[in-house]
Amino acid sequence: MPKLSIADLQKIKGKNRSDYSLKNGGYKAKVVVHMGTCGVASGALSILLTLKDEMSLAKREDIIVIPSGCAGLCAHEPMVTIETVDQPPVKYVDLNEEKMRELFREHIMEGKPIGKYALVSGSEATY
Amino acid sequence: MELERLRSYAMLCAGAGCVDNGTMNVKTVLDKELRRWGLEKEIGVVLTGCDGFCSDGPVMAVYPEEIFYHTQPIEEIPKLVEEHFLKGRPYERLMISKPSLKTDIPFMNEVPFFKYQVLRVLRNRGLIDPEKIEAYIARDGYQALAKALTEMKPEEIVKVVADSGLRGRGGAGFPTGKKWDLGLKIKSDMKFVVCNGDEGDPGAFMDRAVMEGDPHAVIEGMIICGVATQSHKGYIYVRAEYPLAVKTLQMAIDQCYEMGLLGNNIFDSGFDFDLEIYQGAGAFVCGEATALMRSIEGKRGMPRPKLWRSAVKGLWDRPTVLNNVETFANIPQIVLNGAEWYRSLGTEKSPGTKVFALTGAINNVGLVEVPMDTSLRTIIYEIGGGIKKKGRKFKAVQLGGPSGGCIPEEFLDIPVTYEDIKKSGAIVGSGGMVVMDDSNCMVSTAKFFLDFTADESCGKCAPCRIGTRVMLDLLTDICEGRGQEGDVETLQDLSHDLIEASLCGLGQSAPNPVLSTIQYFRDEYEKHIRDKWCQTGVCRDLSTFVIDKSLCKGCGVCLRACPTKCIMGEKKQPHTISQDLCVHCRTCWDTCKFNAIKILPAAARTAGEAEIERMTAMLAGSQPGTIMAEVAR
Repeated sequence: MPKLSIADLQKIKGKNRSDYSLKNGGYKAKVVVHMGTCGVASGALSILLTLKDEMSLAKREDIIVIPSGCAGLCAHEPMVTIETVDQPPVKYVDLNEEKMRELFREHIMEGKPIGKYALVSGSEATY
Repeated sequence: MELERLRSYAMLCAGAGCVDNGTMNVKTVLDKELRRWGLEKEIGVVLTGCDGFCSDGPVMAVYPEEIFYHTQPIEEIPKLVEEHFLKGRPYERLMISKPSLKTDIPFMNEVPFFKYQVLRVLRNRGLIDPEKIEAYIARDGYQALAKALTEMKPEEIVKVVADSGLRGRGGAGFPTGKKWDLGLKIKSDMKFVVCNGDEGDPGAFMDRAVMEGDPHAVIEGMIICGVATQSHKGYIYVRAEYPLAVKTLQMAIDQCYEMGLLGNNIFDSGFDFDLEIYQGAGAFVCGEATALMRSIEGKRGMPRPKLWRSAVKGLWDRPTVLNNVETFANIPQIVLNGAEWYRSLGTEKSPGTKVFALTGAINNVGLVEVPMDTSLRTIIYEIGGGIKKKGRKFKAVQLGGPSGGCIPEEFLDIPVTYEDIKKSGAIVGSGGMVVMDDSNCMVSTAKFFLDFTADESCGKCAPCRIGTRVMLDLLTDICEGRGQEGDVETLQDLSHDLIEASLCGLGQSAPNPVLSTIQYFRDEYEKHIRDKWCQTGVCRDLSTFVIDKSLCKGCGVCLRACPTKCIMGEKKQPHTISQDLCVHCRTCWDTCKFNAIKILPAAARTAGEAEIERMTAMLAGSQPGTIMAEVAR
């Protein structure tokens, strides 16, 4: 694999942004499954597998799935963050397989967030 | 952050999504344009948390007018400033109306847990897959390294770190720039950069979250340190109890080697840097810098006297700059954004942000990153959501783990800076923050920490090896009913001996929990010793559980919960506890919703009625004659 040059950094940044952008990349939704040790310990792996299962049942590949690290609110794991086109990302807490299936069908497929499972919407402040 | 009364405020969303779409560029242009018209003293530009405008972001909200603007295309900002701020005419071309979500889900700015946090170390939290280096690069990863290698001299890198005021996040708070300066100035055939990922404090998991969730932030910080100090080899010491962190870090290192970010001639600059992971083997003392280095050398982890700094002679007697995971994770952004940016949060002596592992008796247990001038009260009650168990009150918050101290209610309004926390007798430490309510026994808590440090003492120096053991035995005696008059003074004496004479930080700080609990909760120690009474029921030998007849509703919840079936009574009639069978597990006390279970001294188990009445009078809120201890004969 060729070594990176500094110019490559910008190229990778640009490609990643457009590859993972909901609008430009033509994706329907972006789902982050939080899988730090706290998440894994409370069952995040089964949430991830349930999501993948629902995706294959619905025969959809236009959903970005990102397994990330700890979300910060360890007391309410397992957590996922779902973002659909033109909507702020929504953080869902205290999940199980059943709730994940509901979220797939309603929020991801129909664009309707489920308020009672949600904690907050938007991105965390970073400055 | 207190805002002075200005004419108008332009609030820019600094949520991660908007920052990615250019908030900082907008801020730069705004600041410049306001200065052009001399308006910078009348209009405040403020970075805020997410308000929900995510798909239109970055959005600027102007108050008090409550007008919302797109900020793209950025070329229109100068015209917007001229029209709205100078001439007072809203700029219709970029105006938008406040959005509404399809449901009532609150936004970040409305949820206290998120509202008070500012993510710098944790900036990639929940946004990237830590196993994909491309995701890190997409969020400006390795730009700082590129800048450090191509645009800055080593002295300049050291200077920006020193000017930023960054202090070591492992607990000691030593100025990082000063350490790097020493590391640069010393000449040697070989120099090392070491990252302390041992994180031994019970209850601390800040470093674990960074190593698992954003390993490249640590790696980039370490390589930059290498450039700054002209070192070419690095070690990340990770405790073996963090298998996911080890796996994620190793993957990240492998990817870096593949892409030429580690190894020879990084970015064609001629600079080489090699990095490997060294796993710990379960010893708390190996989190101490000098013991850690001995451990990497393959020897038993034992500290050495600090007659010279490790930056002068450390690993294999070579100059070694050793920093904590969180310290390194701060570096890339400091290099990219500058010292002034870093200092825009926090205080002068404690700039920047700190990550805390917030645990204990609160609702929102988790990992939080706050500017260092945030108060403890905000962290515990706003972010932490207050005390979890209904009816319980805040008692103390323990900072700094086994090296730290506890802080009672009266100090909750102090900011969580190094200097302010030190004044209250505790230390900021690595970031472990355990909240305790009035069901926690402070003597037992001190014993818990000393149990830990006595176990983890390496044994090299007598004060720590013997002193921690003796202090633990004394505390155990006190908690089991063998406490004697003078024990508190003995504990204090021994504490000062350990602090003065121990070889390393473990022994020097082991007495801190004891000293601070004696300082603020001396009456608990005295009740344990004189009255053989633990009022929280934690010390089983010092508590008797009795039911207050006037409060008991006979609901039977405690009867069913009791593991030894020692509670008797008819439905809707006051119940009684058989002292013969009671094992003092406190389950009834935990489950009673009517506060009818009372905790009396140990002597109540065999006391006569008059004695019980006298003891009951010592309890607040109980009437004499309402409690009877049943002793099955």
